[in-house]
Formats: sequence, structure tokens, C-alpha cells
Amino acid sequence: MKAIKENSEKKNKEKKSTKKVDDKWVLRLYVAGQTPKALTAFTNLKKICEEQLKGKYSIEVIDLLINPQLGAEDQILALPTLVRKLPVPVRKIIGDLSNTERVLVGLNLLSMNAN
Amino acid sequence: MKKEESKILNKTLPKSPTGIQGFDEITGGGLPTGRPTLICGGAGCGKTLFGMEFLIRGATQFNEPGVFMSFEETNEELTKNVASLGFDLEYLVKHKKIALDHVHIERSEIDDTGEYDLEGLFVRLGYAIDSIGAKRVVLDTIESLFAGLPNQLILRAELRRLFRWLKVKGVTAIITGERGEETLTRQGLEEYVSDCVIILDHRVTEQNSTRRLRVVKYRGSMHGTNEYPFLIDENGFSILPVTSLGLKHQISNERISSGITALDNMLEGKGYYRGSTVLISGTAGVGKTSVAAHFAEAACKRGERVLYFCFEESPNQLMRNMLSIGIKLEPWVKKGLLQFQATRPTFYGLEMHLAATHKAVNEFKPSIVILDPINTFTMGEKDIEVKIMLMRIVDYLKSNQITALFTNLNSNGGILEQTDVGISSLIDTWLLLRDIELSGERNRGMYVLKSRGMAHSNQIREFILTDHGVELREVYVGASGVLTGSARIAQEANENAELLTRKQDIEQKKREIERKRKALEAQIATLQTDFESEESEAIKMIKTEQDTIKRLEQDKIKMAESRKAKTEKNTVKKLKK
Repeated sequence: MKAIKENSEKKNKEKKSTKKVDDKWVLRLYVAGQTPKALTAFTNLKKICEEQLKGKYSIEVIDLLINPQLGAEDQILALPTLVRKLPVPVRKIIGDLSNTERVLVGLNLLSMNAN
Repeated sequence: MKKEESKILNKTLPKSPTGIQGFDEITGGGLPTGRPTLICGGAGCGKTLFGMEFLIRGATQFNEPGVFMSFEETNEELTKNVASLGFDLEYLVKHKKIALDHVHIERSEIDDTGEYDLEGLFVRLGYAIDSIGAKRVVLDTIESLFAGLPNQLILRAELRRLFRWLKVKGVTAIITGERGEETLTRQGLEEYVSDCVIILDHRVTEQNSTRRLRVVKYRGSMHGTNEYPFLIDENGFSILPVTSLGLKHQISNERISSGITALDNMLEGKGYYRGSTVLISGTAGVGKTSVAAHFAEAACKRGERVLYFCFEESPNQLMRNMLSIGIKLEPWVKKGLLQFQATRPTFYGLEMHLAATHKAVNEFKPSIVILDPINTFTMGEKDIEVKIMLMRIVDYLKSNQITALFTNLNSNGGILEQTDVGISSLIDTWLLLRDIELSGERNRGMYVLKSRGMAHSNQIREFILTDHGVELREVYVGASGVLTGSARIAQEANENAELLTRKQDIEQKKREIERKRKALEAQIATLQTDFESEESEAIKMIKTEQDTIKRLEQDKIKMAESRKAKTEKNTVKKLKK
């Protein structure tokens, strides 16, 4: 129950921040419960987004323990998985996102920075 | 001790029947309940289908819902694929008997950025299992994960965890794996799933494909260790145990006619035993099919059902040809008592033939099965396999009390008392038809080479095809050898002539004796008359003499009286005395 609350709190936070921007990034983080890996992943993601996409991103955390049927939709196998729903194409990044450089490559953020 | 142990294990190890024809027999009940089973094999050997049939049969026959997690085919593809085998997957999914989950991994879409686990897979599988209360799970083919996900170390650890988790969940699972070069599976899944391992194989020899299944290991259970051929047809899998479990056929003392009276006479006058196996072998054109057709016709007349497999002639050709010797088969086909199954032996592999035979026999339920001829199988196959196949057919037919009649074409110059396929030992009654070439003619001879359990004739009969069927004649066996055909007829004529002459001789002799007797009797009669006349004459003379004596005496007495002499009277008195 605690986890759910936390989740919803986080979601609310993100939603507030995204409302301002048009060119927004929609990110989905799939986890299963509040495992250390899930928490690390969320922290890492938050950090990267704040640095790279400040103000134009939304993160949706989906806990598969609560909504297991959602797993099939994005073909989730490994956890934690970060799915970049927007901008297309859809990208998936698995792992706890501790390798920042790989996350940036995976999200196609490195090239943007260079530009 | 060991036996006892395995008995206990058999009792304690619960098994989930697969419902797959033949498989439950080999494994003694099915797959181990609540444990994962590994099924491996090359591409196109039927792994997916095996898993799918396991689930569908489980859902429909044993009321055990199942989850199919596919890593390769999408749900739509799966549904279509199994629909061609007569399974309505959509219906089962709708009624929550089966859950399909397609897991798709695109390596290009995935980057790894650190530690991960496969909890997502667990959650999805767990969700699918719980949503329909599944007892069975199929993971097909989980090895695709290795291609889709980085970091094999994590993956392996997670797979180990997955199989353990499946065991804890208590579901009976099938995990399929592609066959590796040296290992059973490409990724060595057998390390993790080791309760039961089954290998499927698809081989092509001499252009004929054969599918085989082998139970490599089955912990805690007895199982057949042979390679079992199987096939996939419109009813799904069917596995055929190579040899039947024992020779415990029910036997019958009933005798059935062969359709040829003379042949019945050679077999104690009663014909074949019901449920026995009859082989008719001989060289080309000696009338094997005719004997078979006679048998078929006789059975149909008795109202029995006959299944006729012809491997060389089309049914119509066969019926036309038999008509020429007066056997009408067509009415029986129309009545539904006779059914033809015509296929080329090379049309498909032996196992397919075997399965086709099984199926046809099961559907038609005949009391007589005819295979004409069996040696055509040897064309593309190894002898041992043909023998095994025929042995299985014989076993199967015998256990169902079906009388089987095979014909076998002996190659010219080969040993007659041997079939090309070497099944002589399986045969109960063996009729041999052979050519007898003599004085510019070729005639047919027939004899009973063996017939188990009856005092059969040991004679060679001449076998004649007439417009009213097969006739058997006794051949001439005598001082001038064995004669058939016109030579036999000539010899018989000769013998008849000789006999006639002898008979005439006897008559003549008899007449002569009669004549002699009559002559003798005539002589006797003459002598007698002579004697009689002489006798009467003699009697007359005697009488005359006596009369004379009397007269003389009377004269003497008269003289004495006149002389009055007394003394002389006394002498006369003495004389009188």
C-alpha cells in the first residue's frame, strides 16, 4: 500500500512538470515492487531527466505487481525496464540505469546534446 | 530391492496424461506432474505442436487449463497453425481454458544499462497462470531470450530461478529448446530442466522423412528408451510404440474359408484360423492377387468387412481384372463391406504407412485386412525397418483378432521360401505359388509351405485360373516326374488307355475260362450218357441171363418129374436154396 501511494505521488509530481512543455518525452518505468533495483533505477532516471530534459518529460511508473496485465502491452520481460513511448521510435532500456552513458545512448540523448 | 524401489516411485510420482496418442503408453502415464519437462529437437520437428497439443488436450480432456507462452510465434499465428490440425484455439481462449502470451523481444530496441532481472516474465507468467487457474505451462522457445537479452550470466541465473519457480507453482511445464551441436539444446537448458528430457527428431532417408521421439531421461519413472516413430497428421501427434508389450493376443479356434474350396481342403477342409496371418508369396503373375480377391469375396459373402490395401494397382483396375476370373468385388464396395485403400508405397515413409493403416483399420473396423503386396516397401527402405513395421501391423491386427492376408512378390531367381522383407517367422499360414516350367509350358503350382496348428496337405496342386475363379487340380506325380498342364493331360490320357487295355485283357481271360469250363461240362455230359446207355444194356443182359438160368432149372425139374427120380429132386431142392 505504501508503495502505491509513493507511486501515485511521483506520478502527480511528474504530471505537473510536463504540463508546461509541448515537445514532451513520455517515459515509462516498469518495476515490480519496491525492490532496491527499482528504486535505484528510478533515482537514476530522475537524475538524468532533470539534467537533460528538464521540464519536458513525464515519467510513469508501472508496478507490475499491482497491474500485471500491463506487462504484455509493452512486451516487458526484464525488470526494471524503461520504455520511451515518445518521441517515437519506442526504445527499451533494461537494467537499473546506473550506466548513465548507455542510458543517454539508449534514449538518443547524446546526439541531442551534441547539437 | 531396485524393483521395489521403482514400484514405490511409480506410485508416488504423479503423472499428467498428455492425451497424445501413444505418448502416455511410452512414459507410463504422461509427463511428471508439477515438474518442468524439456523437449528439444531441430527445426520443424514438432516441438511447438507437442506443447500445444499437451495444453489443448489437457484443457479439453483432463480439465487442466494451460498457459502457452510463445517467444516465437504471435497468438494469431499460433491459432491459425493449430487450426489446420483441427484445434479451435480461439474458443478455448475465450472460455479461459487456455491463455496465450506472446513474448516479443527485439534486440535492437533493447539496451542494458545495469543490473536487471526477469521479474517481468515471472509476473506475466504468474498473472496468466492465475487468471485461468492453469495447471500446465508451455514455454516455447525460451532460448530466444538468449538472442534478445544481453548479459548471459544474469539470464542463466534467472532461468534457473524460473524453473524452480515453476516447480513451486506446481504447474506441469514443457520447455522447448532448439537442438544444439553437442548439447541437447543450444543453450544447455538441460542443465536446468532435468526431470524429464524428450528429444524429437526429423530424419530423411532415401527421400522419405521419418519423425522420431525418444525419452532421454525421466527421473523417478520407468520409460521406454527406444526411438519411437511419430507422425503429425490432421489429428495432431501420434506416437507408435515400435513393439507391442507382449505376445498375449487373444486367439480364436474359429476357421474361415479361403474362398477356394480346394484350398480349404488342403487346410483340413476348413480354411484359415480367424485372426491368423496368411502370406501368399510367389513370382510375378502366379495369381497371388486372385487368391487374395477370393478371400475378400468369401468374407464379404459372409457379411464381414474387408479392408484391402493395394500398393500397386488402382482399385478399379483390380476390380476389372478380378472380374475376368469371375470374382465380382464391386457390389461389395457399394454395400460398404469392402473398402480399398490405394497408395503408392513411396508416397510417404513407413511410419506414415503404419499410421495410415492403423487409422484406416480403426475407422473401418474390418475383420479381414489384405496388404497387396508387402515387398514394395523394400524399395526405399531398410529391411529392418520394413520388418519392424510389418511386425507392428501384424501385432496390431492380431491383438484385434483381425485376419491378415499379405502377398509377397518373389523376385525371379531368388530363394522362393524367403520373403524379401524377411517376415516369414511372423506368418501363420504360408501359401507358396510357383511356376512350373515343363515341355514348353509355364504352369502354376501351389502348395502350403506351413500352416501353424493344423494338419495341412503336403501336396503340390496345379493352380488354374478359370473364368469362374481359381481351381486347384492334382498334379501328376509319378515315374516320369511332376507333370502339369498339357503334359499332365497327355500323361493322364496315356494312363487311361493303358488301363483300358488291361481291363480288356482281363475280360478276355475271363471269357476263355468260361469257354473251357463249358467244354469240360459238355464232355462230362457225353460220358455220362454213354455210361447210362451201357449200363442199361448190361442190366438187360443180366436179366436175360437170369431168365435163361430159371428156364433151364424149370426144364430140369420137368425132366426129373417125368423120370420120377427122387434123388435128383433133392439136388434140385439144394440148388433152389
